[in-house]
This record gives sequence, structure tokens and C-alpha cells, in this order.
Amino acid sequence: MSRDLQETEKQPLLKVRNLSKIYGSSCKSCLELTGPDMESNICPRCGSVVACGNISFNVYPGEIIGIVGESGSGKSTLIKSLYFDETPTSGEVYLQCFENGETNLLSISSQKKRWVRNHLMGIVYQNPYLGLKMDFSCGGNIAEKLLAADWYHVGKIRKRAKELLSKVEIPLERMDDLPRTFSGGMQQRVQISKALANNPPLLLLDEVTTGLDVSVQAQILDLIRQIQREFGITMIVVSHDFAVIRMLTDRTLVMKNGRVVESGLTDQVMEDPQHPYTQLLINSMI
Amino acid sequence: MRGIYNYGFIDENTKKEIRRKLLKAVAIPGYQVPFGSRELPIARGWGTGGLQITLSIIGPEDTIKVIDQGCDDSVNACNLRDFIVTTTGVKSTTDTLEASIIQTRHRIPEEKMRADQILVLQVPYPETLRWVEPSEQETRRMHAEKDYSKLWVFLYEEIVRWGEITLSYRYPVMVNGRYAMDPSPIPRWDVPKLHQAETLFLFGAGREKRIYAIPPYTDVVPLQFEDYYFQVENFKGKFCKFCGSTDSYLDEVYDRETGERYFACSDTSFCMKRRKQSSGIPVKIGRRWYE
Repeated sequence: MSRDLQETEKQPLLKVRNLSKIYGSSCKSCLELTGPDMESNICPRCGSVVACGNISFNVYPGEIIGIVGESGSGKSTLIKSLYFDETPTSGEVYLQCFENGETNLLSISSQKKRWVRNHLMGIVYQNPYLGLKMDFSCGGNIAEKLLAADWYHVGKIRKRAKELLSKVEIPLERMDDLPRTFSGGMQQRVQISKALANNPPLLLLDEVTTGLDVSVQAQILDLIRQIQREFGITMIVVSHDFAVIRMLTDRTLVMKNGRVVESGLTDQVMEDPQHPYTQLLINSMI
Repeated sequence: MRGIYNYGFIDENTKKEIRRKLLKAVAIPGYQVPFGSRELPIARGWGTGGLQITLSIIGPEDTIKVIDQGCDDSVNACNLRDFIVTTTGVKSTTDTLEASIIQTRHRIPEEKMRADQILVLQVPYPETLRWVEPSEQETRRMHAEKDYSKLWVFLYEEIVRWGEITLSYRYPVMVNGRYAMDPSPIPRWDVPKLHQAETLFLFGAGREKRIYAIPPYTDVVPLQFEDYYFQVENFKGKFCKFCGSTDSYLDEVYDRETGERYFACSDTSFCMKRRKQSSGIPVKIGRRWYE
């Protein structure tokens, strides 16, 4: 309760309003005829897929917000829309550190979108092949993000890359090796250091531990918590794994069939789930 | 040949198209304008881009000079020059100062060009992002969004691997602070000549069907880091075997018969003028670019 009060006083860092992403021709009734109540995200009238429907939420500075849901629930589409990898069908997104949060990010030119994404955001994908250029060296990958954010001093770039790599415990001797030659866990850590390179106010993490073995998962989670403590970066963590969400996040959104069905403090959602789907999810935890 | 073919070989509609594309290229410095590259009696990849530009802008009063890597006498240069002269009847020259249009492959003349001259460069690969990105759709998007970080990483990796940027030709430049551009395979030596020049530079890639331009007095800055500057070739201690020049771009020549290695001016017309001058023949040598 006290936390909720505190939050309402603060300006949100990120505001998302009525964000929808529909794949297909889409008709007027797409949003009405899909969703958790209909048990489907495919519009029966036109066959379009409503990956995200009217999603609204706030993210406050310094917090970690979790998005949880089964596969196909729209989590990844949501996060990719926020990083401009996907173009949402409709909706508004405001970022406090861009033009004072007054400009809808979805309405700006692609050149400006690129600026926002290079200067104000970082992303870690589930698959390192999406986030890293495997034919650039590890240092080169970090340099790419820094160069995109207007760093043009090789010495400074290398210093920063070394800082980041030692933070994520990659041996510095391997800085100029290709990430292709790294293990999955190492690739993921390089991806995290790349995403952190330009000190982004907002970090997006898309299923970062999926597919890694348990000890490496724990390392990555530790690393993320450590980064959050040290830099106070605001993060959105997408996962289908409640354990990850419980370990990392303060607040959680639960998604099903492209809609947010429940949201609240992570503890509350876990202890006292309201929506039948959330109850099912919690009960299915091993 | 005149009478059988149109003036300048290509038909007037094609010339009009190329002139329109040239105007667009001049209006957006460094931007690659697609054009419908026509068939010519020489194969694509042998200077057809430059040739189509030259034939579209040349008039009866013009004087043409054609060079191939600085040389007026190579087979390619001679054939292109003969073709232009035969189909237009214009005068030709080897003197940089006398020419009004110079078509060139991979060099900019040693003598500084003036505002009343045009340099037409033949371009094999117009896309500077091709160093890092094979897809044309993707490179166009990158240009549109001014997303050059991949190109920069490429240069960064060169420094990490070799301690310097090893590109000796096609060195990427930023034009007018907006477009990354391939200056065609001119050596690094010639790249600074493009910056704030008095001359109009036109670039034609016939095989790749692209035209681009650098208008006079445009900023052309090679991509460089704050701690690793762009550098031109260093010929310290070297000189031209024939004219003794120490401040021109030199080719290293290997004599197969004697086994001798020596350096010689790449710009043969400039070299010949200096040799004439030193043997007492009156000759006018133009100002230099780096005075």
C-alpha cells in the first residue's frame, strides 16, 4: 500500500497506453472478439492474430517490472514493440527522458526512433544471435552500441568495453574474440554488457535465462540484480518462468491471449492471485 | 560516324534522364540516385557509368581528357577518349588545365581543378556500406536512418586487428554531414581533394546503375576516430624516377628485366610537364591541391 502511494507521486519513466499489435488484415471487431474471455487471440471474423490488445501500464524509475505469461501470450511482441523491432498497430508510448515524456514514441520518424533506441534503451534477447553480431569481435559488439551513441574515441571505447566485460566476468583476453566461439552463457553476458554500454535509462530483458542451464541461469540473475542495485536502471523483464519473475521484479503484469489479465506487486500476485488464469499459472509451478 | 549515331551516341531521352538524375544527385550530395543504365558498345564495368555522364553533359565547345589510374595512355583511357571524340567531335587533350571535362578511373589529377571544370569519376561499387552489409534493402534503410554504426565498427575492428585502418582505396567519407559515401577507388591521397573543392564531382556506376555527386564547396570528411586520424599515403624519402617529384602520388614500379624497383608519378600528364620544364621547354603547370 505504502509502495503504491509512493509510486503515484513519482512520474513514470515509461507510459504505455492502449498498445495493440494485430497481424493480418484486422477488422473492427478484432479487439472485441479476442482475449482471455474468448480463450483466443485469433479474430473469428477476419482471422487476424491479436498479439497485443489495448495494453496500458506505467514503469517507474528504478523499478523492475515483470511480464509473465504462457508462450504466445504476446509478451515478446510487447517488448519488441517497445524497442521498435515491431511496429504496433495502434497505441501510445511515452518515455520521460525523451522530450519530457510529451511525445508519442510511435509517431516519431524512424531516424529519431533509432536515436531513442541507441541512446535511451538497451535490450537483451533470448537468442544471442539477435542481439550480437557474431562476425564482430566481442569488443566490437559493445563498440557498435557506443558508436551508435556517438562515441568516436577508440581508447575510450575500449576502456568502457573492458569495464563492462569485467563487470559481467568475461576474461579480458577474450575481448577481441568472436562471440561465435563463446558458450551460450558467455554470449548472454556479452549481450548484457552490450545493452548496458551507453548507460540506458531503460533496459528490456526478453527471456534472458531461457535455454541456459541452472547454474548459469543463477549467475545471469545475480548479475542482473547486481546491475540494478549498482546503476538503478529501470528494467522490464519478460519471462514465462515465475521463479525468475519472483527473484527479480517488484511488480508484475500477467498476460494471456494478448491482454493483461492481472497486475500488481509481485508478492501479492504470487500469494493471492485473483484471475483464474494467474491461479492456474501459480498452481502449475513445480 | 556522325550522322549514323546521335550526337554523343546515346539518344536524347536517355541524356535527359541522366541529366535529371544528375540534378537530383547534386541537390542531395552523397545520395545514390538510381538511373536506367543503357547498353553501350563497351561492357558494363569498363567505365560505362562515367561514360554515360560524360556523354550526357558534353557539348561541342568542351575539351575532354580521359585518365585511367592517372594515365592518359592506357588502352581503356584511349578507347574511351576516342569513342567520345568520334561520337561528338569535341577536342581532346591530356593537359588537366585545358580540359573542361575530365573522365577518370581511380585518380584525381595532381593539378588543382577549377570551378569551370567537371570531374567525372567511374565507380565500380557505389555502396560504401557494402563493406559491412550485403543486402541492398538493408543498406538503403541504413542510409535513410543515417545508421552508420556498422561501418564504424568495421573501422574499429581494423584498428583493433592492425593498429590502423588498412583501407587503401574506397575510403568511406561523410558528405555534407549526412550521407556516408564511397569516393570510388581513388587512393587515400586523393580523398581530401574532395573537401570544399571548387570543382563539381560526378560519380557514375554503370553496372550498379547509380549516380551521385559532390557539388562545389561541400564538406567531405573521411570517417575517422578522435584518437586515430585519417592519414594519406606516406611517400617519405621516395621520389619520381623521371621528374623527381616528391609531393605527388607515386606508383611503385617493378622492372621485370632489370629487377629494379622504383617510384614514378601516377599522373603521367603532370610528370611529363615537369620533365619538359626541367629540360627548358616552356610549359604551364597548374596550382596544386595541397598548397
